[in-house]
Amino acid sequence: MQLSNQTIMMKKMKYRIGANKFAKLLFMLSAFFGLGVLAVLFYQVFSQGIQFINWQFLTGKLSTQPERAGIMGAILGTFWLMLVVVPVTMFLGVGTAIFLEMYAKKGRLVGLIQTNIANLAGVPSIVYGILGLTVFVRLLDLGNVVLAGGLTMALLILPIVIVASQEAIRAIPSQMSEGSYGLGATKWQTIQRIILPAALPGILTGAILSLSRAIGETAPLVVIGIPALLIPFPGGILDRFTVLPMQIYYWTLDSSLVAEYANLASATIIVLLITLFVLNSSAIIIRNKFQKSY
Amino acid sequence: MVNGGFSKKDVSIREVIDHNRKTQHIKRKVEKGIPVVLFLIASVSVITTIGIVFTLLSETVEFFKRVPIADFFTGTVLKPLSQNPEFGVLPLLTGTVISSLIAMLVAAPIGLMAAIYLSEYASVRVRKVLKPMLELLAGIPTIVYGFFAFTFVTPVLKNLIPSLESTNILSPGIVMGVMIIPMIASLSEDAMSSVPQSMREGALGLGSTKLEVTRKVVIPAALSGIIASFVLGISRAIGETMIVTIASGSTKNFTFDVTQSMQTMTAYIVEVTGGDAPAGSTVYYSLYAVAMTLFAFTLLMNLLARYVSRKFREEY
Repeated sequence: MQLSNQTIMMKKMKYRIGANKFAKLLFMLSAFFGLGVLAVLFYQVFSQGIQFINWQFLTGKLSTQPERAGIMGAILGTFWLMLVVVPVTMFLGVGTAIFLEMYAKKGRLVGLIQTNIANLAGVPSIVYGILGLTVFVRLLDLGNVVLAGGLTMALLILPIVIVASQEAIRAIPSQMSEGSYGLGATKWQTIQRIILPAALPGILTGAILSLSRAIGETAPLVVIGIPALLIPFPGGILDRFTVLPMQIYYWTLDSSLVAEYANLASATIIVLLITLFVLNSSAIIIRNKFQKSY
Repeated sequence: MVNGGFSKKDVSIREVIDHNRKTQHIKRKVEKGIPVVLFLIASVSVITTIGIVFTLLSETVEFFKRVPIADFFTGTVLKPLSQNPEFGVLPLLTGTVISSLIAMLVAAPIGLMAAIYLSEYASVRVRKVLKPMLELLAGIPTIVYGFFAFTFVTPVLKNLIPSLESTNILSPGIVMGVMIIPMIASLSEDAMSSVPQSMREGALGLGSTKLEVTRKVVIPAALSGIIASFVLGISRAIGETMIVTIASGSTKNFTFDVTQSMQTMTAYIVEVTGGDAPAGSTVYYSLYAVAMTLFAFTLLMNLLARYVSRKFREEY
């Protein structure tokens, strides 16, 4: 009695190994597909926009004529916006993380806040825009100024900062705080002098990454109502403003009428992408350089 | 600051104790006050949620006083600014569902296969380079993707499909898919990496190829995480705004033809707020009804993702 047929088995084996090789190729192509698209995107944007980046474009005012338009207003707007977003999110985010990790007893309340934060992270950014429009712009009557936009953005990235800060605090070994308590330090002293300094690199990394999210975010600001008009350079947090992504948005819409606006949009995208690249690289450098592993 | 605030050189222990006792009550107040302050800070995130739900709900109720609920959810015509306005949400729902579907048709297979490559096939060195590069893709602002869809993908697609309109739902759908790939790849890879190595080795020892191990061992074991990543991807696609706003236009078509312009719920919100709808008008309230629907959809998806990954997780 023949138990197995060698030739059939060899054939099957060949097929199985062939399928594996084919699948490997397919999986590899999928993994590189995104990068391919990224390369095309970069090539498109840079080849179209790089020649329009000059001193006048970077420092000039917005203009109705494409060839004279500059983005200084949008750069300043982004700057002022961040000046609101950074302190507010750092204060709220780190404070919440300290409360959850150091003070709150693990129970129902923490579970509730934790679930709530996870759900907030999944709320579409445009819904935050509606919250900002209703509460900050209309109810508090701030108008569509930097402060209203900044507070909206701060709430949007708050969940990211909280989670990053929590992880940074959790990564500190308990021996360090126990040592501090053992020397007679109080809880707040321990947090101030032991926990926060040790968690700082992790917190900063998370904060910078969330900041780059805020810089690139457009939808909430569209909802709040950033005008497409030529507004003067913002000089404070109570001025009306525009930001880089908003300018890209308006110029992309305009490009279907006047083709030159597409060039301005690409040039602005280059400025935006370089800004984000610098920010994200600094986050990675901070993480690699200052993060201690205990 | 030596000796707890003493500047004198020679102090007795007695004096130190007395001094400490004097300053103790301030310290104690701080120690008691800090948790209260921190609790107030922590409650901001809860207040945000309440704020979102409350503003959406109250204005939506106002809207349904003017437009019956049934008309809103079954109406196929959306003409908010005409003389006889009609507020049917179905055109927006189809636009949202179709664009998300197209996005998932791109993102689910490619994202999953990329995750398989990263988790099962790639060497440690390749993975170390490839993963951050994929995360780079996730860090590109959506407005840039919108520009890309409008000025590059649509013209390219137009060469293949001549009947394609200059604003259509197909192109933003595809680009949205590309945007979601890293998210699905990263979450699925996490799920697959947590399948214990011993299970793979068992299957390999029985003579399986890597593909068979992946298909019959790793994917079934990681299925809950993979499905959760798909659901989160859908949620992301539903809430995405700028890509569809730019590349799909604002025509409120009730159609299933992907070569045409369709408006999603998010794009409608942008259009209405950008048009400065006067507060108190029905158009203004319709904004909240649409936003409420959007919020409910994404919340449902997020809860579903959490439920799937918890309930069906295989524990080893």
